Amino acid sequence: MSKQKSITGGLFIGATAFSAFLIIAVIIILLVVIINGGKGTFSWEFLTAFPEDGMMKGGIFPAIYGTVLLVLIMSVAAVPFGTITAIYLTEYAHEKSIMAQTIRFAVRTLATVPSIIFGLFGLGFFIKFVGTGMDDVFLGGQLKWGQPNILWASLTMALLTLPVVIVSVEEAIRTVPREMREASLALGATKWETIKRIVLPGSRSGIMTGTILAVSRGAGEVAPILFTGAAYYLATLPTSLSDQFMNLGYHIYIMATQSANVDQTLPIQFATTMVLLMLTFLLNLTAVIIRSRLRRKAK
Amino acid sequence: MKEVKIKTRNLTLFYGEKMALNSITMDIPEKEVTAFIGPSGCGKSTFLRTLNRMNDLIPNVRITGEVLVDSLNIYDKQIDVVNLRKKVGMVFQKSNPFAKSIFENVAYGPRINGINQKSKLEEIVETSLKKAFIWEEVKDRLNNSAMALSGGQQQRMCIARTLAVEPEIILMDEPASALDPISTAKIEELIFELKKSYTIVIVTHNMQQAARVSDLTAFFYLGELIEFGKTKKIFTTPDKKHTEEYITGRFG
Repeated sequence: MSKQKSITGGLFIGATAFSAFLIIAVIIILLVVIINGGKGTFSWEFLTAFPEDGMMKGGIFPAIYGTVLLVLIMSVAAVPFGTITAIYLTEYAHEKSIMAQTIRFAVRTLATVPSIIFGLFGLGFFIKFVGTGMDDVFLGGQLKWGQPNILWASLTMALLTLPVVIVSVEEAIRTVPREMREASLALGATKWETIKRIVLPGSRSGIMTGTILAVSRGAGEVAPILFTGAAYYLATLPTSLSDQFMNLGYHIYIMATQSANVDQTLPIQFATTMVLLMLTFLLNLTAVIIRSRLRRKAK
Repeated sequence: MKEVKIKTRNLTLFYGEKMALNSITMDIPEKEVTAFIGPSGCGKSTFLRTLNRMNDLIPNVRITGEVLVDSLNIYDKQIDVVNLRKKVGMVFQKSNPFAKSIFENVAYGPRINGINQKSKLEEIVETSLKKAFIWEEVKDRLNNSAMALSGGQQQRMCIARTLAVEPEIILMDEPASALDPISTAKIEELIFELKKSYTIVIVTHNMQQAARVSDLTAFFYLGELIEFGKTKKIFTTPDKKHTEEYITGRFG
Protein backbone atom coordinates (compact mmCIF):
# COMPACT_ATOMS: atom_id res chain seq x y z
CA MET A 1 0.00 0.00 0.00
CA SER A 2 2.71 2.42 0.97
CA LYS A 3 4.64 1.70 -2.20
CA GLN A 4 1.59 2.25 -4.34
CA LYS A 5 0.85 5.45 -2.47
CA SER A 6 4.33 6.76 -2.94
CA ILE A 7 4.15 6.04 -6.68
CA THR A 8 0.84 7.90 -6.97
CA GLY A 9 2.29 10.71 -4.91
CA GLY A 10 5.37 10.88 -7.07
CA LEU A 11 3.27 10.94 -10.22
CA PHE A 12 1.18 13.73 -8.83
CA ILE A 13 4.21 15.83 -7.91
CA GLY A 14 5.63 15.18 -11.37
CA ALA A 15 2.39 16.23 -13.05
CA THR A 16 2.13 19.48 -11.11
CA ALA A 17 5.78 20.33 -11.68
CA PHE A 18 5.36 19.60 -15.38
CA SER A 19 2.30 21.90 -15.62
CA ALA A 20 4.14 24.67 -13.87
CA PHE A 21 7.16 24.18 -16.11
CA LEU A 22 4.93 24.20 -19.20
CA ILE A 23 3.62 27.65 -18.35
CA ILE A 24 7.11 29.04 -17.89
CA ALA A 25 8.23 27.36 -21.10
CA VAL A 26 5.35 28.91 -23.06
CA ILE A 27 6.28 32.37 -21.82
CA ILE A 28 9.94 31.88 -22.61
CA ILE A 29 9.26 30.52 -26.10
CA LEU A 30 6.86 33.39 -26.74
CA LEU A 31 9.42 35.98 -25.68
CA VAL A 32 12.27 34.34 -27.59
CA VAL A 33 10.25 34.12 -30.80
CA ILE A 34 9.04 37.71 -30.53
CA ILE A 35 12.39 39.21 -29.61
CA ASN A 36 14.20 37.14 -32.24
CA GLY A 37 11.81 38.24 -34.94
CA GLY A 38 11.70 41.87 -33.91
CA LYS A 39 15.17 42.77 -32.69
CA GLY A 40 16.54 43.46 -36.17
CA THR A 41 13.86 46.05 -36.81
CA PHE A 42 13.58 47.51 -33.33
CA SER A 43 15.46 50.77 -33.00
CA TRP A 44 15.02 54.31 -31.75
CA GLU A 45 14.00 55.31 -35.24
CA PHE A 46 11.39 52.55 -35.36
CA LEU A 47 9.79 54.08 -32.27
CA THR A 48 9.90 57.67 -33.46
CA ALA A 49 9.27 57.51 -37.23
CA PHE A 50 6.11 57.32 -39.30
CA PRO A 51 5.40 54.26 -41.48
CA GLU A 52 6.71 54.55 -45.05
CA ASP A 53 6.25 52.90 -48.41
CA GLY A 54 2.67 51.77 -47.84
CA MET A 55 3.69 50.66 -44.33
CA MET A 56 6.31 48.25 -45.68
CA LYS A 57 9.04 50.24 -43.98
CA GLY A 58 9.54 52.94 -41.38
CA GLY A 59 8.40 53.20 -37.78
CA ILE A 60 5.27 52.97 -35.69
CA PHE A 61 5.28 56.29 -33.84
CA PRO A 62 1.64 57.18 -34.70
CA ALA A 63 0.48 53.81 -33.34
CA ILE A 64 2.34 54.34 -30.04
CA TYR A 65 1.04 57.90 -29.80
CA GLY A 66 -2.52 56.79 -30.55
CA THR A 67 -2.39 53.98 -28.01
CA VAL A 68 -1.10 56.26 -25.27
CA LEU A 69 -3.69 58.90 -26.07
CA LEU A 70 -6.43 56.25 -26.11
CA VAL A 71 -5.61 54.94 -22.64
CA LEU A 72 -5.22 58.45 -21.24
CA ILE A 73 -8.65 59.61 -22.37
CA MET A 74 -10.06 56.25 -21.33
CA SER A 75 -8.63 56.64 -17.81
CA VAL A 76 -9.95 60.18 -17.48
CA ALA A 77 -13.40 58.75 -18.15
CA ALA A 78 -13.24 55.37 -16.42
CA VAL A 79 -11.36 56.13 -13.19
CA PRO A 80 -13.54 58.91 -11.73
CA PHE A 81 -16.72 57.19 -12.87
CA GLY A 82 -15.62 53.82 -11.51
CA THR A 83 -14.43 55.34 -8.24
CA ILE A 84 -17.71 57.16 -7.69
CA THR A 85 -19.64 53.96 -8.40
CA ALA A 86 -17.45 52.05 -5.93
CA ILE A 87 -18.02 54.74 -3.29
CA TYR A 88 -21.75 54.51 -3.80
CA LEU A 89 -21.72 50.72 -3.54
CA THR A 90 -19.59 50.55 -0.41
CA GLU A 91 -20.57 53.68 1.50
CA TYR A 92 -24.08 54.69 0.59
CA ALA A 93 -26.05 51.75 -0.82
CA HIS A 94 -27.38 49.18 1.58
CA GLU A 95 -25.72 45.86 0.88
CA LYS A 96 -29.03 44.13 0.19
CA SER A 97 -30.91 46.96 -1.48
CA ILE A 98 -32.32 46.30 -4.94
CA MET A 99 -30.28 49.21 -6.28
CA ALA A 100 -26.94 47.85 -5.04
CA GLN A 101 -27.70 44.33 -6.18
CA THR A 102 -28.73 45.57 -9.61
CA ILE A 103 -25.50 47.56 -9.96
CA ARG A 104 -23.40 44.62 -8.85
CA PHE A 105 -25.18 42.34 -11.29
CA ALA A 106 -24.60 44.88 -14.07
CA VAL A 107 -20.90 45.20 -13.22
CA ARG A 108 -20.45 41.42 -13.21
CA THR A 109 -22.28 41.09 -16.50
CA LEU A 110 -20.28 43.92 -18.05
CA ALA A 111 -17.09 42.10 -17.14
CA THR A 112 -18.12 38.98 -19.07
CA VAL A 113 -19.41 40.65 -22.22
CA PRO A 114 -17.15 39.81 -25.20
CA SER A 115 -15.12 42.84 -26.20
CA ILE A 116 -16.41 42.92 -29.77
CA ILE A 117 -19.88 43.59 -28.34
CA PHE A 118 -18.48 46.72 -26.72
CA GLY A 119 -17.21 47.76 -30.13
CA LEU A 120 -20.66 47.31 -31.64
CA PHE A 121 -22.24 49.13 -28.73
CA GLY A 122 -19.81 52.01 -29.16
CA LEU A 123 -20.68 52.20 -32.84
CA GLY A 124 -24.41 52.12 -32.18
CA PHE A 125 -24.55 54.29 -29.08
CA PHE A 126 -21.67 56.76 -29.19
CA ILE A 127 -21.29 57.24 -32.95
CA LYS A 128 -24.77 56.68 -34.36
CA PHE A 129 -26.79 57.99 -31.44
CA VAL A 130 -24.73 60.51 -29.45
CA GLY A 131 -22.39 61.64 -32.25
CA THR A 132 -25.01 61.97 -34.96
CA GLY A 133 -27.30 63.61 -32.43
CA MET A 134 -24.61 66.17 -31.60
CA ASP A 135 -24.06 66.86 -35.29
CA ASP A 136 -27.78 67.38 -35.86
CA VAL A 137 -28.22 69.66 -32.86
CA PHE A 138 -25.03 71.73 -32.91
CA LEU A 139 -23.73 71.55 -36.48
CA GLY A 140 -26.96 71.43 -38.45
CA GLY A 141 -26.34 67.93 -39.69
CA GLN A 142 -22.77 68.50 -40.82
CA LEU A 143 -20.73 65.35 -40.24
CA LYS A 144 -18.17 65.72 -37.45
CA TRP A 145 -18.95 63.62 -34.38
CA GLY A 146 -21.13 61.02 -36.06
CA GLN A 147 -18.14 59.01 -37.26
CA PRO A 148 -15.37 56.98 -35.62
CA ASN A 149 -12.87 59.04 -33.61
CA ILE A 150 -10.57 58.79 -30.63
CA LEU A 151 -13.15 60.13 -28.18
CA TRP A 152 -15.73 57.46 -28.97
CA ALA A 153 -13.08 54.75 -29.04
CA SER A 154 -11.76 55.86 -25.64
CA LEU A 155 -15.23 55.98 -24.12
CA THR A 156 -16.01 52.54 -25.50
CA MET A 157 -12.78 51.25 -23.99
CA ALA A 158 -13.67 52.98 -20.73
CA LEU A 159 -16.90 50.97 -20.56
CA LEU A 160 -14.93 47.79 -21.08
CA THR A 161 -12.47 48.57 -18.29
CA LEU A 162 -15.02 50.02 -15.88
CA PRO A 163 -15.60 46.73 -14.01
CA VAL A 164 -11.86 46.42 -13.36
CA VAL A 165 -11.77 49.89 -11.82
CA ILE A 166 -14.95 49.40 -9.78
CA VAL A 167 -13.86 46.07 -8.35
CA SER A 168 -10.36 47.18 -7.31
CA VAL A 169 -11.54 50.46 -5.80
CA GLU A 170 -14.31 48.66 -3.92
CA GLU A 171 -11.81 46.20 -2.49
CA ALA A 172 -9.51 49.03 -1.46
CA ILE A 173 -12.33 50.97 0.22
CA ARG A 174 -13.32 47.90 2.21
CA THR A 175 -9.80 47.64 3.62
CA VAL A 176 -10.10 51.05 5.33
CA PRO A 177 -10.81 50.06 8.95
CA ARG A 178 -14.18 50.87 10.47
CA GLU A 179 -12.34 52.36 13.47
CA MET A 180 -10.93 55.14 11.29
CA ARG A 181 -14.33 56.03 9.89
CA GLU A 182 -15.74 56.07 13.42
CA ALA A 183 -12.89 58.27 14.63
CA SER A 184 -13.60 60.75 11.88
CA LEU A 185 -17.36 60.76 12.47
CA ALA A 186 -16.86 61.09 16.22
CA LEU A 187 -14.85 64.25 15.58
CA GLY A 188 -17.88 65.76 13.92
CA ALA A 189 -17.03 65.02 10.31
CA THR A 190 -19.89 64.39 7.93
CA LYS A 191 -20.05 61.20 5.95
CA TRP A 192 -18.78 62.94 2.84
CA GLU A 193 -15.89 64.58 4.71
CA THR A 194 -14.98 61.16 6.08
CA ILE A 195 -14.99 59.66 2.61
CA LYS A 196 -12.98 62.52 1.16
CA ARG A 197 -10.37 62.81 3.91
CA ILE A 198 -10.07 59.27 5.27
CA VAL A 199 -11.59 56.65 2.99
CA LEU A 200 -10.32 57.86 -0.38
CA PRO A 201 -6.74 58.60 0.75
CA GLY A 202 -6.73 55.18 2.39
CA SER A 203 -7.76 53.65 -0.93
CA ARG A 204 -5.17 55.45 -3.07
CA SER A 205 -3.16 52.37 -3.86
CA GLY A 206 -6.33 50.49 -4.82
CA ILE A 207 -7.43 53.28 -7.13
CA MET A 208 -3.94 53.33 -8.62
CA THR A 209 -3.96 49.57 -9.12
CA GLY A 210 -7.38 49.72 -10.73
CA THR A 211 -6.21 52.44 -13.08
CA ILE A 212 -3.09 50.60 -14.15
CA LEU A 213 -4.93 47.32 -14.62
CA ALA A 214 -7.51 49.13 -16.71
CA VAL A 215 -4.80 50.87 -18.72
CA SER A 216 -2.89 47.71 -19.50
CA ARG A 217 -6.13 46.01 -20.50
CA GLY A 218 -7.09 49.01 -22.63
CA ALA A 219 -3.68 49.13 -24.29
CA GLY A 220 -4.02 45.55 -25.47
CA GLU A 221 -7.65 45.31 -26.56
CA VAL A 222 -8.44 45.81 -30.24
CA ALA A 223 -12.01 44.69 -30.75
CA PRO A 224 -13.70 47.68 -29.03
CA ILE A 225 -11.89 50.21 -31.22
CA LEU A 226 -12.32 48.40 -34.55
CA PHE A 227 -15.51 50.25 -35.43
CA THR A 228 -15.16 53.21 -33.15
CA GLY A 229 -11.99 55.04 -34.10
CA ALA A 230 -8.88 53.04 -35.02
CA ALA A 231 -7.48 53.84 -38.45
CA TYR A 232 -5.55 51.71 -40.91
CA TYR A 233 -3.06 54.44 -41.71
CA LEU A 234 -2.87 58.16 -40.96
CA ALA A 235 -0.28 60.57 -42.27
CA THR A 236 -0.74 62.92 -39.30
CA LEU A 237 -1.18 62.52 -35.59
CA PRO A 238 -4.64 63.10 -34.09
CA THR A 239 -4.95 66.68 -32.87
CA SER A 240 -8.59 66.78 -31.86
CA LEU A 241 -11.01 64.46 -30.10
CA SER A 242 -12.85 64.09 -33.40
CA ASP A 243 -9.78 62.67 -35.19
CA GLN A 244 -9.14 59.01 -35.82
CA PHE A 245 -5.97 57.39 -34.52
CA MET A 246 -3.59 54.50 -35.05
CA ASN A 247 -3.15 51.81 -32.43
CA LEU A 248 -0.49 49.21 -31.69
CA GLY A 249 -2.76 46.19 -31.41
CA TYR A 250 -4.73 47.16 -34.48
CA HIS A 251 -1.48 47.85 -36.32
CA ILE A 252 -0.30 44.29 -35.69
CA TYR A 253 -3.63 42.98 -36.92
CA ILE A 254 -3.60 44.90 -40.18
CA MET A 255 0.07 44.25 -40.83
CA ALA A 256 -0.61 40.55 -40.49
CA THR A 257 -3.80 40.42 -42.56
CA GLN A 258 -4.19 43.48 -44.77
CA SER A 259 -0.63 44.28 -45.79
CA ALA A 260 0.37 44.13 -49.46
CA ASN A 261 3.13 41.69 -48.58
CA VAL A 262 2.64 39.98 -45.27
CA ASP A 263 5.96 38.14 -45.31
CA GLN A 264 7.93 41.29 -45.95
CA THR A 265 6.31 43.10 -43.00
CA LEU A 266 6.89 40.19 -40.61
CA PRO A 267 9.82 41.92 -38.83
CA ILE A 268 7.65 45.02 -38.33
CA GLN A 269 4.91 42.87 -36.83
CA PHE A 270 7.34 41.27 -34.41
CA ALA A 271 8.89 44.58 -33.44
CA THR A 272 5.44 46.14 -32.92
CA THR A 273 4.46 43.21 -30.71
CA MET A 274 7.65 43.78 -28.75
CA VAL A 275 6.75 47.42 -28.24
CA LEU A 276 3.24 46.55 -27.10
CA LEU A 277 4.61 44.01 -24.64
CA MET A 278 7.17 46.46 -23.30
CA LEU A 279 4.54 49.13 -22.92
CA THR A 280 2.26 46.93 -20.81
CA PHE A 281 5.25 45.63 -18.87
CA LEU A 282 6.40 49.17 -18.09
CA LEU A 283 2.88 50.14 -17.03
CA ASN A 284 2.67 47.22 -14.63
CA LEU A 285 6.12 47.97 -13.29
CA THR A 286 5.10 51.58 -12.63
CA ALA A 287 2.03 50.31 -10.84
CA VAL A 288 4.10 48.07 -8.61
CA ILE A 289 6.53 50.89 -7.78
CA ILE A 290 3.79 53.41 -7.01
CA ARG A 291 1.97 50.91 -4.82
CA SER A 292 5.01 49.96 -2.79
CA ARG A 293 5.84 53.65 -2.28
CA LEU A 294 2.33 54.39 -1.10
CA ARG A 295 2.43 51.44 1.26
CA ARG A 296 5.73 52.52 2.73
CA LYS A 297 4.41 56.04 3.16
CA ALA A 298 1.29 54.75 4.89
CA LYS A 299 3.45 52.99 7.49
CA MET B 1 -24.56 67.55 43.54
CA LYS B 2 -23.33 69.19 40.39
CA GLU B 3 -25.57 70.08 37.52
CA VAL B 4 -26.89 67.31 35.28
CA LYS B 5 -25.22 67.23 31.86
CA ILE B 6 -26.77 64.14 30.29
CA LYS B 7 -30.18 62.72 31.09
CA THR B 8 -31.63 59.56 29.68
CA ARG B 9 -35.30 58.69 30.02
CA ASN B 10 -36.53 55.12 29.40
CA LEU B 11 -33.88 54.58 26.78
CA THR B 12 -34.50 51.25 25.06
CA LEU B 13 -32.47 49.89 22.19
CA PHE B 14 -33.04 46.93 19.90
CA TYR B 15 -30.58 45.25 17.55
CA GLY B 16 -33.12 43.78 15.15
CA GLU B 17 -35.33 41.70 17.42
CA LYS B 18 -32.90 41.56 20.31
CA MET B 19 -33.31 44.04 23.13
CA ALA B 20 -29.87 45.36 24.10
CA LEU B 21 -30.90 48.13 26.47
CA ASN B 22 -34.01 48.03 28.60
CA SER B 23 -35.49 51.35 29.67
CA ILE B 24 -32.40 53.08 31.03
CA THR B 25 -33.04 56.22 33.06
CA MET B 26 -30.10 58.04 34.58
CA ASP B 27 -28.62 61.49 35.21
CA ILE B 28 -24.94 62.07 34.49
CA PRO B 29 -23.51 65.10 36.28
CA GLU B 30 -21.32 67.78 34.79
CA LYS B 31 -17.51 67.77 35.20
CA GLU B 32 -17.33 64.48 36.98
CA VAL B 33 -16.21 61.04 35.91
CA THR B 34 -18.99 58.51 35.55
CA ALA B 35 -17.91 54.89 35.05
CA PHE B 36 -20.01 52.13 33.46
CA ILE B 37 -19.15 48.64 34.64
CA GLY B 38 -20.64 45.23 34.02
CA PRO B 39 -19.86 41.91 32.34
CA SER B 40 -19.29 41.66 28.57
CA GLY B 41 -22.48 42.05 26.58
CA CYS B 42 -24.30 43.89 29.38
CA GLY B 43 -24.95 46.87 27.14
CA LYS B 44 -22.57 49.39 28.69
CA SER B 45 -20.72 50.12 25.44
CA THR B 46 -23.96 50.20 23.50
CA PHE B 47 -25.34 52.67 26.01
CA LEU B 48 -22.23 54.83 25.74
CA ARG B 49 -22.58 54.90 21.97
CA THR B 50 -26.17 56.12 22.17
CA LEU B 51 -24.90 59.27 23.90
CA ASN B 52 -23.27 60.61 20.72
CA ARG B 53 -25.40 58.62 18.31
CA MET B 54 -22.61 56.38 17.07
CA ASN B 55 -25.18 53.59 16.92
CA ASP B 56 -26.74 55.42 13.99
CA LEU B 57 -24.07 53.80 11.84
CA ILE B 58 -25.25 50.29 12.62
CA PRO B 59 -28.15 49.01 10.52
CA ASN B 60 -31.27 47.58 12.20
CA VAL B 61 -30.89 49.57 15.40
CA ARG B 62 -34.13 50.89 16.85
CA ILE B 63 -34.18 53.32 19.76
CA THR B 64 -37.03 54.56 21.92
CA GLY B 65 -36.94 56.89 24.89
CA GLU B 66 -34.93 60.06 25.24
CA VAL B 67 -31.34 61.20 25.63
CA LEU B 68 -31.05 64.82 26.72
CA VAL B 69 -27.74 66.63 26.53
CA ASP B 70 -28.04 70.08 28.14
CA SER B 71 -31.81 69.45 28.16
CA LEU B 72 -31.95 68.94 24.37
CA ASN B 73 -33.20 65.61 23.06
CA ILE B 74 -30.40 64.44 20.80
CA TYR B 75 -32.70 62.02 18.96
CA ASP B 76 -34.95 64.86 17.92
CA LYS B 77 -35.21 65.28 14.15
CA GLN B 78 -34.06 68.90 14.44
CA ILE B 79 -30.73 67.91 15.95
CA ASP B 80 -27.66 68.11 13.74
CA VAL B 81 -25.74 64.95 14.56
CA VAL B 82 -22.48 66.50 13.33
CA ASN B 83 -22.74 69.30 15.87
CA LEU B 84 -23.73 66.84 18.56
CA ARG B 85 -20.56 64.80 17.98
CA LYS B 86 -18.43 67.93 18.18
CA LYS B 87 -19.90 68.56 21.58
CA VAL B 88 -19.80 64.93 22.68
CA GLY B 89 -16.37 63.57 21.75
CA MET B 90 -15.38 59.93 21.86
CA VAL B 91 -12.22 57.94 22.57
CA PHE B 92 -12.30 54.34 21.40
CA GLN B 93 -11.11 51.06 22.85
CA LYS B 94 -8.57 50.47 20.13
CA SER B 95 -6.50 53.56 19.46
CA ASN B 96 -7.42 54.59 15.95
CA PRO B 97 -5.03 57.20 14.57
CA PHE B 98 -5.46 58.19 10.94
CA ALA B 99 -2.66 57.24 8.57
CA LYS B 100 -1.43 60.83 8.73
CA SER B 101 1.15 62.79 10.66
CA ILE B 102 0.65 63.52 14.38
CA PHE B 103 -0.02 67.15 13.51
CA GLU B 104 -2.62 66.29 10.87
CA ASN B 105 -4.33 63.84 13.21
CA VAL B 106 -4.89 66.47 15.87
CA ALA B 107 -5.66 69.18 13.32
CA TYR B 108 -8.28 66.97 11.65
CA GLY B 109 -11.23 68.17 13.72
CA PRO B 110 -10.35 71.88 13.56
CA ARG B 111 -9.78 71.57 9.82
CA ILE B 112 -13.22 70.11 9.14
CA ASN B 113 -14.58 72.97 11.20
CA GLY B 114 -13.06 75.31 8.66
CA ILE B 115 -9.91 76.41 10.49
CA ASN B 116 -7.14 76.54 7.90
CA GLN B 117 -4.84 79.24 9.20
CA LYS B 118 -1.52 77.59 9.90
CA SER B 119 -0.68 79.56 13.07
CA LYS B 120 -4.11 78.93 14.54
CA LEU B 121 -3.86 75.22 13.83
CA GLU B 122 -0.38 75.05 15.36
CA GLU B 123 -1.73 76.69 18.48
CA ILE B 124 -4.65 74.25 18.77
CA VAL B 125 -2.42 71.23 18.15
CA GLU B 126 0.05 72.35 20.81
CA THR B 127 -2.59 73.08 23.45
CA SER B 128 -4.43 69.83 22.78
CA LEU B 129 -1.29 67.72 22.94
CA LYS B 130 -0.29 69.49 26.16
CA LYS B 131 -3.68 68.82 27.71
CA ALA B 132 -3.29 65.15 26.81
CA PHE B 133 0.17 65.01 28.46
CA ILE B 134 1.93 63.97 25.30
CA TRP B 135 3.38 67.23 23.98
CA GLU B 136 6.83 66.69 25.44
CA GLU B 137 7.08 63.25 23.83
CA VAL B 138 6.09 64.30 20.33
CA LYS B 139 6.87 67.99 19.95
CA ASP B 140 9.99 67.28 17.86
CA ARG B 141 8.28 64.90 15.48
CA LEU B 142 4.87 66.35 14.79
CA ASN B 143 5.28 65.62 11.11
CA ASN B 144 6.04 61.95 11.62
CA SER B 145 3.32 59.39 11.05
CA ALA B 146 1.09 58.80 14.06
CA MET B 147 1.20 55.09 13.26
CA ALA B 148 4.80 55.01 14.51
CA LEU B 149 3.80 55.95 18.08
CA SER B 150 3.48 53.32 20.79
CA GLY B 151 0.01 52.10 21.76
CA GLY B 152 -0.17 54.30 24.84
CA GLN B 153 1.07 57.34 22.96
CA GLN B 154 -1.42 56.69 20.18
CA GLN B 155 -4.23 56.59 22.69
CA ARG B 156 -3.18 59.86 24.32
CA MET B 157 -2.83 61.40 20.87
CA CYS B 158 -6.37 60.24 20.10
CA ILE B 159 -7.49 61.97 23.29
CA ALA B 160 -5.67 65.13 22.15
CA ARG B 161 -7.43 64.80 18.80
CA THR B 162 -10.77 64.68 20.59
CA LEU B 163 -9.84 67.68 22.77
CA ALA B 164 -8.92 69.73 19.69
CA VAL B 165 -12.61 69.90 18.74
CA GLU B 166 -13.34 71.47 22.16
CA PRO B 167 -16.04 69.06 23.27
CA GLU B 168 -17.92 69.43 26.54
CA ILE B 169 -18.35 65.72 27.11
CA ILE B 170 -15.82 62.97 26.45
CA LEU B 171 -17.02 59.39 26.10
CA MET B 172 -14.32 56.77 26.63
CA ASP B 173 -14.93 53.20 25.58
CA GLU B 174 -12.43 51.09 27.55
CA PRO B 175 -9.64 53.50 26.63
CA ALA B 176 -6.91 51.60 28.48
CA SER B 177 -7.92 47.99 27.92
CA ALA B 178 -5.24 47.40 25.30
CA LEU B 179 -2.46 49.20 27.17
CA ASP B 180 0.30 48.20 29.56
CA PRO B 181 0.11 49.28 33.25
CA ILE B 182 2.36 52.34 32.82
CA SER B 183 0.40 53.67 29.86
CA THR B 184 -2.80 52.89 31.75
CA ALA B 185 -1.59 54.92 34.72
CA LYS B 186 -0.87 57.84 32.40
CA ILE B 187 -4.35 57.68 30.94
CA GLU B 188 -5.91 57.56 34.42
CA GLU B 189 -3.86 60.54 35.52
CA LEU B 190 -5.03 62.31 32.42
CA ILE B 191 -8.68 61.53 33.15
CA PHE B 192 -8.22 62.99 36.60
CA GLU B 193 -6.90 66.20 35.10
CA LEU B 194 -9.52 66.40 32.37
CA LYS B 195 -12.51 66.19 34.66
CA LYS B 196 -11.79 69.72 35.83
CA SER B 197 -13.01 70.98 32.47
CA TYR B 198 -14.95 68.12 30.89
CA THR B 199 -17.76 65.75 31.71
CA ILE B 200 -16.32 62.27 31.32
CA VAL B 201 -18.13 58.99 30.84
CA ILE B 202 -15.94 55.91 30.81
CA VAL B 203 -16.71 52.28 30.10
CA THR B 204 -14.31 49.90 31.76
CA HIS B 205 -13.81 46.22 32.38
CA ASN B 206 -11.31 46.95 35.08
CA MET B 207 -13.04 47.48 38.41
CA GLN B 208 -9.99 48.89 40.16
CA GLN B 209 -9.85 51.43 37.39
CA ALA B 210 -13.47 52.40 37.91
CA ALA B 211 -12.82 52.68 41.64
CA ARG B 212 -9.73 54.82 41.08
CA VAL B 213 -10.88 57.30 38.47
CA SER B 214 -14.62 57.72 38.82
CA ASP B 215 -16.89 59.77 41.03
CA LEU B 216 -19.99 57.82 40.09
CA THR B 217 -20.41 54.25 38.98
CA ALA B 218 -23.23 52.58 37.08
CA PHE B 219 -23.55 48.80 37.05
CA PHE B 220 -25.18 47.25 34.00
CA TYR B 221 -26.39 43.71 33.64
CA LEU B 222 -28.20 42.13 30.69
CA GLY B 223 -29.16 45.47 29.21
CA GLU B 224 -30.49 46.90 32.44
CA LEU B 225 -29.12 49.53 34.76
CA ILE B 226 -28.95 47.66 38.04
CA GLU B 227 -27.46 50.29 40.27
CA PHE B 228 -26.08 53.81 39.94
CA GLY B 229 -24.51 55.93 42.65
CA LYS B 230 -21.38 57.33 44.23
CA THR B 231 -18.40 55.15 43.40
CA LYS B 232 -17.44 54.87 47.04
CA LYS B 233 -20.85 53.55 47.96
CA ILE B 234 -21.12 51.15 45.02
CA PHE B 235 -17.78 49.61 45.88
CA THR B 236 -18.34 49.38 49.63
CA THR B 237 -22.01 49.08 50.43
CA PRO B 238 -24.01 48.50 47.27
CA ASP B 239 -27.78 48.27 47.62
CA LYS B 240 -28.27 45.42 45.20
CA LYS B 241 -27.04 41.91 45.71
CA HIS B 242 -26.16 41.58 42.03
CA THR B 243 -23.82 44.56 42.21
CA GLU B 244 -22.08 43.20 45.23
CA GLU B 245 -21.61 39.80 43.62
CA TYR B 246 -20.11 41.35 40.52
CA ILE B 247 -17.80 43.67 42.41
CA THR B 248 -16.53 40.96 44.67
CA GLY B 249 -15.84 38.85 41.58
CA ARG B 250 -18.40 36.16 42.22
CA PHE B 251 -19.50 36.34 38.58
CA GLY B 252 -18.59 38.29 35.49
